[in-house]
Amino acid sequence: MRVKVFVSSRHGILDPQGRAVESALANLGFVGVSDVHVGRFIVLTLDTPSTDTAEETVRKMCDQLLVNPTIEDYRFEVESG
Amino acid sequence: MKWAIIRFPGSLDDRDALYALRDVLEQDASIIWHKDENLGGAECVVLPGGFSYGDYLRCGAIARFSPIMKSIARFAEAGGLVLGICNGFQILCESHLLPGALTRNGSLSFICENVTLRVENCRTPFTRLMSEGELVRLPIKHGEGRYVAPTEELRQMEERGQILLRYVDGNGHQNEAASSNASMHAIAGVANHRFNVFGLMPHPEHAVETMLGGIDGRKIFQSIARGMAG
Repeated sequence: MRVKVFVSSRHGILDPQGRAVESALANLGFVGVSDVHVGRFIVLTLDTPSTDTAEETVRKMCDQLLVNPTIEDYRFEVESG
Repeated sequence: MKWAIIRFPGSLDDRDALYALRDVLEQDASIIWHKDENLGGAECVVLPGGFSYGDYLRCGAIARFSPIMKSIARFAEAGGLVLGICNGFQILCESHLLPGALTRNGSLSFICENVTLRVENCRTPFTRLMSEGELVRLPIKHGEGRYVAPTEELRQMEERGQILLRYVDGNGHQNEAASSNASMHAIAGVANHRFNVFGLMPHPEHAVETMLGGIDGRKIFQSIARGMAG
């Protein structure tokens, strides 16, 4: 299974990187850009038979290491095959 | 008094902490490798500054799983004193031995400067030789020092007096300019609710000799040592 984990700063937590990128985009002349956030993208291959097991394992990975719930939110995708 | 300074791969200030404790303050201090599991009878454990594991993933996130951290968690649970400086503070937050988290400075810049701090609670093992409202000068040098915690947790921490140090200006007033990393509530150092674990972004180990810019850092180490001496 190929797993993609998307980590972003938690809603309400100041994201200075997102803010800096947003103003850089505005400076380049891109109009109508708002709510920019910079996060982390983690991909991994997981050797496991079922999608359910994979999802459970990835959730544990996120809770224990990949994500700090105090400051970050996450979502993930599991692709079989 | 016996001190253990933990060295992780990427620790930088372990030797400075050793110098401050052993050579300047004449304490019985030694360095312990993070793969050890034995704290060697230490009465206070110091997690030094640096970039453990290259700050990969999040600052302190990988160091948290070093073998020695299990021993430190047990030691803290039993009431042992733990001091985390800079990266050590980040490791303690990642380990849940301290509340909150440290994120990228509001300015996105690495900050290296001397700051003024106000002592907010002197009834702790780490601040007992200081007085409430006292101003101290310590250096900071970090890119990820913006303290963040959920609003309700912050409220409880304030109520219990867990904020030990706050960034202030030279007159002791809190304002945006004085808190250069944009920490919530201008927090520079916090303790757990049992007051035996303390983490701070400023570096007391770099402020123990007049020649090197100040001696205010001594007060934290001496507070700890005085408490242990009875």
